[in-house]
Amino acid sequence: MFKLVEPLITTHRLGLTIANRKILDAVNLAVREREIVTIIGPNGAGKSTLVKVMLGLVQQTQGTVQRRENLRVGYVPQRFPVTSNVPLSVRRLLTLTRKATDAELQQALLETGIEHLINARVAELSGGELQRALLARALLRQPELLVLDEPVQAVDFNGELKLYELISSIRKSRGCGILMVSHDLHMVMAESDRVICLNGHICCEGKPAAVQKDPEFLKLFGPAAVRTIAAYTHHHDHDHESHGH
Amino acid sequence: MSILTEPFFIRALLSGLGIALIAGPIGCFIVWRRMAYFGETLAHAGLLGVGFGLLFNINITLGAVASAVLLALLLLALKRQRQIAVDTLLGILSHTALALGLITVGLVTGAVSGHLDILFGDILTVSSHDVLIVWAGAVAVLAVIIYLWRDLIAISVHEDLARAEGVNVPWVELIFMLTMAAMTAFAMKIVGLLLITALTVIPAAAARRISSSPEAMAIWSSLFAGLAVVAGLIMSALWGTIAGPSVVLCASLIFVLTLAAPQRN
Repeated sequence: MFKLVEPLITTHRLGLTIANRKILDAVNLAVREREIVTIIGPNGAGKSTLVKVMLGLVQQTQGTVQRRENLRVGYVPQRFPVTSNVPLSVRRLLTLTRKATDAELQQALLETGIEHLINARVAELSGGELQRALLARALLRQPELLVLDEPVQAVDFNGELKLYELISSIRKSRGCGILMVSHDLHMVMAESDRVICLNGHICCEGKPAAVQKDPEFLKLFGPAAVRTIAAYTHHHDHDHESHGH
Repeated sequence: MSILTEPFFIRALLSGLGIALIAGPIGCFIVWRRMAYFGETLAHAGLLGVGFGLLFNINITLGAVASAVLLALLLLALKRQRQIAVDTLLGILSHTALALGLITVGLVTGAVSGHLDILFGDILTVSSHDVLIVWAGAVAVLAVIIYLWRDLIAISVHEDLARAEGVNVPWVELIFMLTMAAMTAFAMKIVGLLLITALTVIPAAAARRISSSPEAMAIWSSLFAGLAVVAGLIMSALWGTIAGPSVVLCASLIFVLTLAAPQRN
């Protein structure tokens, strides 16, 4: 056996029970450096809750969460209110809880491809631009672990594709671990190292190709899902070739 | 217009402007965090405090602060339970406090009608001592808000994100609720308990349309609240209208006027 590097974050038999209802049940999960782990599952499967427990926002009732010492985490939450009542510029959004120099801001926005929007109003951003701004915000913290809860919500199909490519390139350039939540199946597969299929407990997990053949996965999502994944994988490969990435 | 230079009128103006100064930023947070109903509930708790103050013969401002603070703490604790939705809970607490407050005041004094000033304010009878208390309170509240400003903005934009990034959310929330409770008690005599929420929310709503940063919105809200105080008092002096509601009406007028301004985000 060879010695493994300590994971960035590990959960051991993590459970959450609220009013006798098991929201999370015995979840074992680890994210390592340079790894994209994607949690998929139907609505109400506890995906966002699992992420919140791992971030320490919700207290678990069973099990433990173990983080590497002084782990720097960048978080992009689900459901960011686009029509927030607070009048904000992108610059201000990025520096809400952390001061940054102009050079740092430019660098983070350049990395997510919206450097021209530094003085734009947050309320005027499109869905994709907002997600990129939030991603830049998370990158400013030089994260070792990026936690992205539904990063492609309110983004159109083409935008989704580009966002996943961006996330993948961040992993390559920064070497951080990425924990991602998604409910749409067709996109996440190709870029993920490991897919975790959650429905309160972990139904199945593994490499994308293996998971989509797993009977548990088929039971949860049905055979139609697999066809979309196949279609996407094809389309995605094609996209790569045509643009010479 | 000699009435405008009478000492009682100057005192009314000064105390009203003291309240306007803190109504601005507090109103912004009420608007950003969608807490208008919470402010309403605090005000009703204030009335209950006044009732107890009269009953036990203690200072009614102190009674109002104490009961508003207690209610804020109770709500903070009850927010964690998941049996009843928070706005339903507010509806229950708010009107229970109002009913209990009215009954207590009525029992102690024989008639509630003698205490309409608590509900609608009696700014024209404030003493120099009252003016001092209002300004001391306003400066203290403003200092606390400025101290917590960054964290308060972060929480208003996204609570979970702020918490994940190290903001001590329960602590900041508690302190903010306490400053709201304090302001409610200070403003009670000026605009009255039933109109306090109006003087915080309406100027902030007006400022939202023309502001491009949180700071600009807070400053505009204070300015609009101050303008409403001045205009409302002049209206009251000229036409003999009740002062508190006149101030609120002027705030509403300002809001309507800002609708004509182009929306900024």
